[in-house]
Amino acid sequence: MGKYFQPEIETASREEILAIQNEKIVRQVKNVYENVKYYRDLMDEKGIKPEDIKGVEDIKKLPFLSKADLREGYPYGLLGTDLKNCVRIHSTSGTTGKRVVAFYTQHDIDLWEECCARAIVAAGGSSEDVVQVCYGYGLFTGGSGLHGGSHKVGCLTLPMSSGNTDRQIQFMMDLKATILCCTPSYAAYIGESLAERGYKPEDNCLKAGIFGAEPWTEEMRQSIQKSLGIKAFDIYGLTETSGPGVAFECEEQTGMHINEDHFYAEVIDPDTGEVLPDGSKGELVFTSLDKEGFPLLRYRTRDICVLTRKKCSCGRTHVKMTKPMGRSDDMLIIRGVNVFPSQIETVLLKEGYTPNYQIEIDRINNSDTFEIKVEMAPEQFSDIVSINQAKEKKLEQAMRTMLGIGPKVRLVPPKTIARSEGKAVRVIDHRKLHD
Amino acid sequence: MAIQQISVFVENKQGKLVETVKTLADNDINIRAMSIADTKDFGILRMITSDNAKTREVLSKDTVVNSTDVIAVKMADRPGALYKVIAILSKEGINIEYMYAFTASDALGAYVVFRVDDVQQAQELIDKNGLKSLSDEDVQNM
Repeated sequence: MGKYFQPEIETASREEILAIQNEKIVRQVKNVYENVKYYRDLMDEKGIKPEDIKGVEDIKKLPFLSKADLREGYPYGLLGTDLKNCVRIHSTSGTTGKRVVAFYTQHDIDLWEECCARAIVAAGGSSEDVVQVCYGYGLFTGGSGLHGGSHKVGCLTLPMSSGNTDRQIQFMMDLKATILCCTPSYAAYIGESLAERGYKPEDNCLKAGIFGAEPWTEEMRQSIQKSLGIKAFDIYGLTETSGPGVAFECEEQTGMHINEDHFYAEVIDPDTGEVLPDGSKGELVFTSLDKEGFPLLRYRTRDICVLTRKKCSCGRTHVKMTKPMGRSDDMLIIRGVNVFPSQIETVLLKEGYTPNYQIEIDRINNSDTFEIKVEMAPEQFSDIVSINQAKEKKLEQAMRTMLGIGPKVRLVPPKTIARSEGKAVRVIDHRKLHD
Repeated sequence: MAIQQISVFVENKQGKLVETVKTLADNDINIRAMSIADTKDFGILRMITSDNAKTREVLSKDTVVNSTDVIAVKMADRPGALYKVIAILSKEGINIEYMYAFTASDALGAYVVFRVDDVQQAQELIDKNGLKSLSDEDVQNM
């Protein structure tokens, strides 16, 4: 295999890409208008008809979709085809506990896996490689996305899923893994664990890593590259648009090429919704050009980034996005899991607590710590230590059920959580996530 | 007669305990007996004071406070005195959540404070067995 997984499309001229996009968007809008009542209503409200969309230039006329719409449409409201045509569901956490469920037809799975395959080939992968996938498998898209991509490239795939570092290391060394796929913090952790066991960076067979699902800095990249003796590549995606592989990094390591033949990207002003020119910093918005199961148009990712069309030395012509530089909402990414403060509020109210809480996050030894302080009412306080501790444990359990990851909960007296100008400070994030 | 104990939540942070105790000093409250239970994150300061109502009031401003009924049983100054009391409670299936001891004056002697799951039954047993225990009034007049 050469440098590209699908050379014709990955290096197509701007005109060729535009022609593909224009053809696909007209068909997609027509399809969505006919099959997705929820979006048809939004279009009707705006007075937009499918005929008004003659190409990607007209996408800006379409209404936006946000996480709130997905919640409202849960579970089938944004389904784009008959359920019998779908072959899989993936899911991600929603803002108030309702999860987002995304549907995939076989066509959707294929295009998603092809996008991941492009990422693997861009990282130097070929059928000679052994790809160790330690993203979680299951409802989370990380595992199956890279797994499918690895198959498409013809790599020997190690479906490790997350956790059990001893076994990860044993398989990595014994089965001579050459490409590692996981979250950057887990990659850093594996690097440290290898060093603790006396391995030097050159002792493993790894040559590259594809790391995503959480923010990481250039500094972290350097440290991972050094500790594992590899080249580390970023990958981007979200369940709403497919999963990882919507955009991926090439050897130049200066941003991620967006797979523009499937996903049309815009950057908007998060306050006004106005489309900003390339090179501006704003909120990333995606339109799925040819997905069938869950064909979201103008989905607001809430990720802040910059798009650039500067010529890339790798020869790929697709637009590049920077690493997300932050969020335009309050979503936190903790240990690769999306967490919304409103979810925490929901749990507290359900368990009979006041919504006075504070989240404190840090990254210690490359692993995120996650603590929630909760103010308790006098009647919730007991003079018996074990009763107070049992309350903390119960809250931790309820949080784990809601969020998918377990925080440490600490009950504190009322009015002890710092307030600035009368407004409680909900989140203290000590991590350095963005350059 | 069970007596009232005030429990105060104290965060495990530098200066928190001194803050609490200073409030009591500033308000002329005398601590008759106390114990502290601590975990990594917080402590619970349990006290019997000269003015429980006032203690509650002044400490409630800064932290959570609750009152619990406990029994302060007078201890004879000889081996087996504590065993005798605990045996009485244990025989009837009363659970002790925690306990602590204090001495009042030479004349008043030593007491053990019991926090039990069934305070009413425990008090009846103490009385029935001829053991002396304190009332809220006794505490005030100490």
